[in-house]
Amino acid sequence: MGDLQGAQFQATVEAVRPKPDYIGNALRAFLVGGLIALLGQGVTEYFLAAGYTTPQAGARAAVVMVFLGAILTGLGWYDRIAQFGGAGAAIPVTGFANAVVAPAMETHPEGTVMGTGSQLFTVAGPVITYAVVAGVLSALARWLVLGG
Amino acid sequence: MATRLGRRSVTFDRAPAIIETANLAGAMEFDGPLGEYLQVRIDDPYLGEASWEKAESRMQEEALRAVLRRAGRQETEVDLCITSDMLNQCTSCSMALRHLDVPHLGIFSACASLTEALYLAATAIEAGTAGLVMVDVCSHHESAERTYRFPTELGIQRPPTAQWTATGAVAFLIQAGAAGPRITGATVGRVIDAGITDPYDMGSAMAPAAVDTLVTHFREFGRAPDAYDLILTGDLARVGSAVARQLLREQGYELGDRYSDCGVLLYDAERQDVHSGGSGMACSALVLSGFLMHQLRTGRYRRILLAATGALHSPTTYKQGESIPAICHAVVLEAEPGGAGEGEGA
Repeated sequence: MGDLQGAQFQATVEAVRPKPDYIGNALRAFLVGGLIALLGQGVTEYFLAAGYTTPQAGARAAVVMVFLGAILTGLGWYDRIAQFGGAGAAIPVTGFANAVVAPAMETHPEGTVMGTGSQLFTVAGPVITYAVVAGVLSALARWLVLGG
Repeated sequence: MATRLGRRSVTFDRAPAIIETANLAGAMEFDGPLGEYLQVRIDDPYLGEASWEKAESRMQEEALRAVLRRAGRQETEVDLCITSDMLNQCTSCSMALRHLDVPHLGIFSACASLTEALYLAATAIEAGTAGLVMVDVCSHHESAERTYRFPTELGIQRPPTAQWTATGAVAFLIQAGAAGPRITGATVGRVIDAGITDPYDMGSAMAPAAVDTLVTHFREFGRAPDAYDLILTGDLARVGSAVARQLLREQGYELGDRYSDCGVLLYDAERQDVHSGGSGMACSALVLSGFLMHQLRTGRYRRILLAATGALHSPTTYKQGESIPAICHAVVLEAEPGGAGEGEGA
């Protein structure tokens, strides 16, 4: 039964396996990501109208959006939004909040140190790690090209 | 005594009978097409416990006690208890069995554990090493997701090939010479790795193992697929069972309507967001404990082949890029001769 494992099997799997709906997924991601961004912009405008400078308003809007992402995760809604919106829900800062709160929620039975404390960044950890690495590399490149 | 048919198949001549079964299942499983055949509904995945793991262990214990209660037997009458679950080190069984006085064997073939346990139970009864055998398998959607994949609340878009781990704990009592559907034969699987590395496509990964066991079964038993009223694979779900059907066709077996899959039957894929279908040890176990036991007891089906399939990877192996080894063990289940449903016809 060699053909259960060979190229013919791969061809059978490829023929049967449903393809993700790339175009539909992209449109849904655009919609969900766009709505989250629109909401973020609305919050930013609120803070601007309240008299904050642009950097101040942006920082405050980020805090509000992280809070919303965390709350929606806690209510068990964010994973449903993400199943619909895919990367449109994962990429905004609300998705980052979700990536931190989701492991926190289910590791609490293992305690605050070995559970939540050590597992909090199991999903978001790589983002932080490689954001730092990318920051160092881009700073290095700038230093090499522009001399500081 | 059992009679060997070739290297991997055996018939059980003392006809060990499944005398009783008990099951607990989650809301999704109850809301599925086979919900009417299930017994105890669990709406709270925590069962009032502090963690999903504790809840799963509670489910196991309740299933074990329920099957004894339903059969009117005592735990001290049980000669052997074979269990499996999907947590690391099979802890949900062990935690549950702290509270029961039964000789215990823990096993693991992932979602093929049910049929492995039934094979071992029948073998022990045939060999005379045990009289009354208890089998129990369990999976819990949330604890399995946590063990195998990502946190359940994480915003991950699951692809159409992904499967939904069933929540359920299912126990069986097996004894020779008693009333109930019989385990009359089995074919033991071998590990087959078809090179699939995507843990979100376990159906395709397991399909070759299922086909290998089914084809070996037909050959060693000298039976054609039409010797069975129903041939069910474990939890290949829609994608995997379509792959299996095509692979069987290439091997010269056209199964037609008599073939289905527990992962397809357990949920309504149009109505329930389960992607390709069900998986988990409880998937085939709930289908057997509820729907199939009913059909066998009433004689609607006279003889079925249940071929549970298991994906034998771990989170560590797939992160290291290993492909997914799979296995499939098949058992033959037959309605009791002259039983209550004799003549109702299949």
